[in-house]
Amino acid sequence: MSKPISTGAEWTFELIEEYHAEIEAIAEEYGLDTYPNQIELITAEQMLDAYASVGMPIGYSHWSFGKHFIKNEQQYRRGHMGLAYEIVINSNPCIAYLMEENTMMMQALVIAHASFGHNSFFKGNYLFRAWTDAEAIIDYLVFAKRFISECEERYGIDEVENLLDSCHALQNHGVDRYKRPYPVSMREERERLKEREAYLQSQVNDLWYKTVPQKEAEEKEAKLPNFPEEPQENILYFIEKNAPLLEPWQREVVRIVRKVGQYFYPQRQTQVMNEGWACFWHYHIMNELYDRGKVTDGFMLEFFQSHTNVVSQPDFDSDYFSGINPYALGYAMMTDIKRICVEPDEEDRRWFPDIAGSNWQETLDFAMRNFKDESFISQFLSPRLIRDFKLFSILDDEERSELEVTSIHNDRGYQYIRQALSNQYNLSMNEPNIQVYNVDVRGDRSLTLRHIPHNNVPLAATTDEVLKHLRRLWSFGVVLETLDADGEVVNTAECLQPAS
Amino acid sequence: MAQLIDRRPNAKGKSTVNRQRFLRRYKTQIKKAISEQISERSITDIDGGESVSIPTRDITEPTFRNDQGGVREGVYPGNKEFAQGDKIKRPINQGQGGGRRASDSGEGEDDFVFEISRDEYLDMLFDDLELPNLQKNQLSKMTKSKAVRAGFTNDGVPTNINIVRSLRSALSRRMAMGAEPRRQLREMEAELQELEQKPGSDETRCLALRQEIEDLKNRIRRIPFIDTFDLRFNNFVQRPEPTSQAVMFCLMDVSGSMDQETKDIAKRFYILLYLFLTRSYRDVDVVYIRHHTQAKEVDEEEFFYSRETGGTIVSSALELTRDIIAQRYPPTDWNIYAAQASDGDNWNDDSPVCEQLLAKQLLPQLRYYAYVEITRRDHQGLWAHYENLLQAHDNFAMQHIREQDDIYPVFREFFRKQVQ
Repeated sequence: MSKPISTGAEWTFELIEEYHAEIEAIAEEYGLDTYPNQIELITAEQMLDAYASVGMPIGYSHWSFGKHFIKNEQQYRRGHMGLAYEIVINSNPCIAYLMEENTMMMQALVIAHASFGHNSFFKGNYLFRAWTDAEAIIDYLVFAKRFISECEERYGIDEVENLLDSCHALQNHGVDRYKRPYPVSMREERERLKEREAYLQSQVNDLWYKTVPQKEAEEKEAKLPNFPEEPQENILYFIEKNAPLLEPWQREVVRIVRKVGQYFYPQRQTQVMNEGWACFWHYHIMNELYDRGKVTDGFMLEFFQSHTNVVSQPDFDSDYFSGINPYALGYAMMTDIKRICVEPDEEDRRWFPDIAGSNWQETLDFAMRNFKDESFISQFLSPRLIRDFKLFSILDDEERSELEVTSIHNDRGYQYIRQALSNQYNLSMNEPNIQVYNVDVRGDRSLTLRHIPHNNVPLAATTDEVLKHLRRLWSFGVVLETLDADGEVVNTAECLQPAS
Repeated sequence: MAQLIDRRPNAKGKSTVNRQRFLRRYKTQIKKAISEQISERSITDIDGGESVSIPTRDITEPTFRNDQGGVREGVYPGNKEFAQGDKIKRPINQGQGGGRRASDSGEGEDDFVFEISRDEYLDMLFDDLELPNLQKNQLSKMTKSKAVRAGFTNDGVPTNINIVRSLRSALSRRMAMGAEPRRQLREMEAELQELEQKPGSDETRCLALRQEIEDLKNRIRRIPFIDTFDLRFNNFVQRPEPTSQAVMFCLMDVSGSMDQETKDIAKRFYILLYLFLTRSYRDVDVVYIRHHTQAKEVDEEEFFYSRETGGTIVSSALELTRDIIAQRYPPTDWNIYAAQASDGDNWNDDSPVCEQLLAKQLLPQLRYYAYVEITRRDHQGLWAHYENLLQAHDNFAMQHIREQDDIYPVFREFFRKQVQ
């Protein structure tokens, strides 16, 4: 039996290094493939700063970040909110922030959780591989910050702020859900910036010049194709490429907001998996440390206390309930997959013939790499977990006066609940489906969007405000048509005049 | 291997810029909130910061979002009594719908409340205001000078010797001067050693070498540890500085006609003035002068809370002000401000005297003289005579306050930025 690395609660840099080395060795044995780690110690105030810029290590300046900062600070000061123990950035090297207030146990836990759990997830998961470039993100953020502050100097803070406001309003509509994106790449960005500006402008000019009404064209009017030919879901991209009056620098700002949105898009789609994966591994690594005699009993007790806090799931009728806890669900599912692999029972063999009895490390690795929350749940949520969580689904139809319990955790309900829960994590069902439908290129240049409601869910009252922002970016009138189930336009919202 | 970086010494306040941006954007709302509060705020805590609330709907960031309604299905944990097909009454306050609505949609009625610091509070409060006549007198104000550090010199008085610098140059001089002899010494010692080991070598040469080695050692020893040449002195230069001291005279009528409410209004006005002056001057003295038929310099407590009766002769206070200035506050060294609060009562024959006193003796020495009349009645003689002064003196101002809510607007009126 070897000696424990430390016995007290206080951490030192030497101890952190020792723990890191020990954890790294264990992680390697388990086959975790990670980016190199960069661990930064910060104070609580710096943590608040990091919160405000939504986890970006370097952010451009904007009032909304100030608002978040003030809000968090208020809550923190009044004790309404605890701070996260860590923040981890999807970059290479993978940056993890550790708070100086943490105990030694906490620091070790955070290293296992963030620097190895999240880190390997960032590196392995297909969404992150396809959508983000960990090598370039820091450089890109530096570039964005500098570019925007240069714009502020040149065009005034208000001008840039208004533009950013408008872009932020549409940031969630700046990704191609079904197209394979190009990862943000820094070198290319800088080299091509100038080139792109000129090129973009010429493209836009081309579009509008060609469509200046001419006699012949008028005769062919009926045959003119729709523009865009197919509806576009990436509104910001459409604006960047086609808005008639934007200056080159404004297009670049639109692009920056779009790219930052794209960078965060995978995180929004893999919360359950990402946290589940990280919790699963910190649990295993910590136990392994204990088994090797590297940590004391007290250390483990402290660890179990915070671990159970993190992965607990309050019932729906509890005061603490605020939706399904992604840590709890993710951790339970990862652990359950291991169980199915290692000691499957008859039910598991029926439900998961492929993985029951397989090598658990390979299976988990496969699951981590190739899924997102939605598909992960529909693939791996087992009947046993549904029973453990006592999941049930409720249908809320505003046309009916009562809610209906559509299924519960019984034989008939497993499939149904699994599908319903999977849908709950399907972003395209939870975010309104709004697409660029048409531009009146031959008339008043107005832009028409179409909203196709899912299950009759209406748009929130903020829509009009967003349309004003879109109007500002497009510079001409903007119309939003809402379709019903038969594809007929039932409702129209518009913003034709610029906001005063 | 991990890189371990200690970021704690880094500047905090990475968000300061963003916070400033936020304040800047909502300046109008914040200012409105502040001016609403100033009249309600108690006198003593005016020195602190302020909590400001802005309606949440003003600061939301809109996005396309789904609203409540339509057909939704949700999965919840912890089923206890439900069976498939059960019908449940729709809970009234969203209940199971999850806690999304209140926080995210921005529909909530709650205001966004946050603290601003004292400095930010004052900035907002006094935004667009400036000290009257500050610019005009700026040059003439440069009367004080201050010694500031200005590098190092080679000569000076012993008290200013910079020990570290002096010893450092002594060390480098010793090294430079000793370098050559030490090199020679090394060579000769090597040669001597060689000769001594070789049997039958030249004995005279050895002797000569020993002698030279001795000389060199002496030479090195004689290099002085410190020389006057090495001395470095801290250098100071005198730089003229604008006077950062101001004195504020508070003049108040305490005759029987001034009731406590009127005094409170006056007090608020003085507090605003005091805060305002502290923004521009490091030290602000306050002199309290109260008067009825006679004037007296008093302390703050007595100024505001003691009761007096009797008639009113304003000129007595003006004379006392003049005397105190002459004795203690020479206008060359002090920025002098005065504010007089009164209900407008004065002994009729005295008003012309006041006018003369101000015009001839006081106003030329003052940066600014503000007169506030706190009354609901018509103006009396004093007001008319003071009005005569307005034309000729731009450092004189007068305003009428009827009730508490007037204080702040009147104050702004006094110190409005002059558009040029």
